[in-house]
Amino acid sequence: MRNLLALLFLFTGLAVAQDIVVAAAADMNAALPQLATAYTKKTGQTVKLSFGSSGNLTNQIRNGAPFDLFFSADEQYPQQLIAEGLASKDTLYRYAVGRLVLWVPSDSPLDLSKAGIQSLLDPTVKKISIANPATAPYGRAAEAALRHSGIYDQISSRLVLGENVSQAAQFVESGNAQAGLIALSHALAPAMKDKGRYWTVPLDAYPTLNQAAVVLSRSKQQDAARRFLDYLRSPGATSLLTSCGFSLPAEKH
Amino acid sequence: MNWEAFWLTVRLATIVSTLLLAIGIPIAYWLTYSRWRWKFLVEAAVALPIVLPPTVLGFYVLVALGSRSPLGRWWESLTGHTLAFTFEGLVIGSLLYSLPFAVQPFASSFGAVDSKLLRASASLGHSPVQTFRRIVLPLSKAGLVTGFALSFAHTLGEFGVVLMVGGNIPGVTRTISIDIYDQVQTANYSSANQTALVLLIVSFALLSVVFGLNRRPWAVGPWR
Repeated sequence: MRNLLALLFLFTGLAVAQDIVVAAAADMNAALPQLATAYTKKTGQTVKLSFGSSGNLTNQIRNGAPFDLFFSADEQYPQQLIAEGLASKDTLYRYAVGRLVLWVPSDSPLDLSKAGIQSLLDPTVKKISIANPATAPYGRAAEAALRHSGIYDQISSRLVLGENVSQAAQFVESGNAQAGLIALSHALAPAMKDKGRYWTVPLDAYPTLNQAAVVLSRSKQQDAARRFLDYLRSPGATSLLTSCGFSLPAEKH
Repeated sequence: MNWEAFWLTVRLATIVSTLLLAIGIPIAYWLTYSRWRWKFLVEAAVALPIVLPPTVLGFYVLVALGSRSPLGRWWESLTGHTLAFTFEGLVIGSLLYSLPFAVQPFASSFGAVDSKLLRASASLGHSPVQTFRRIVLPLSKAGLVTGFALSFAHTLGEFGVVLMVGGNIPGVTRTISIDIYDQVQTANYSSANQTALVLLIVSFALLSVVFGLNRRPWAVGPWR
């Protein structure tokens, strides 16, 4: 019996030691599981994923969360961690550019192609979901886009804040909000694709959502984490990212 | 310290615990005196929010209040807006969330009233309702205050349900626990510290009242 237990501990110990644990921005929750599965199939390396808003994850990392890699929806957070000595600068990699879209359910009367973001002024839009600008890059992008179009003050009382961009997407997908400013990667995800329409917010309406990944200094698996980042540069991985609604960055590090 | 969130939360907790006084007393009355064979099922249902994860409750409330549910549509046709992301929506979620914290102390104090008194009251010609009002309720004051204070304190500390159905709107659904969460997530620790301390003190004071009252069940209190 004791031997059996020892064996069990050995196995679980090994399994934990081999996993690389990735903290990732909520906009990656359709793409990253596919990338991780493909990577595991190719190399045998298992990848565990934890999703949240980039700001929340940054704070968790500051407080010692046991992540090996961090995928942020905004390059600013990895930069902060590098400045604080919590992430290694040479590993910083811009893997994609995130796109913001205005999403409405299929039964919505709004004509997005005609009015674009101005359609939010429609009186049938009682609630507009966005991610919390305090912690989520997509929330800041949404706020910037609303200000850019000059309608922020008119609709600000109708905003509801999701804890991260996935929750903002869920608020509008479930019909509790009538429109949402969410990630293109959510609009294209299987769970939402057939349930609504979207309008892509022009890139000049908000600061570029540079998605960046970085290996964390506290990680005990620096090499394994770096190898996973290398895989992201492969044509297979980049084409999967594009199909999931990300643009590729113009310049690479 | 976010006073707007603080007063919003106090208002929510006051409304919820007052409503629970009105809703909880009849439920507790029924639970105490009913002899129905399947009563235990109702008791289990009332106790559910104690063990159910707030996320389960939040998920059900979100779906039940949403514009795709009959209740949500009925409310929308009545008021012109959905219940989710509104203060009223939080009140409904909190009523469910704190129900057992009101009903259970009520029921146990009703049950502790000596049945001889009830029989004496009946033999003097009082109807069950009169007996309840004149004998049981006055003898259950400590239990009523306990239930009120516990449901108040429990609503004060509500987080998961609010996170899921609130939408974090300042002055409408951003409660104190959500505010603390936001402060911590943005690494604003000093503000989080202040707010958390206020909540800690208020909760401790409330629980002290509860335990002080229950020290000697019948003979304490300025109201005697």
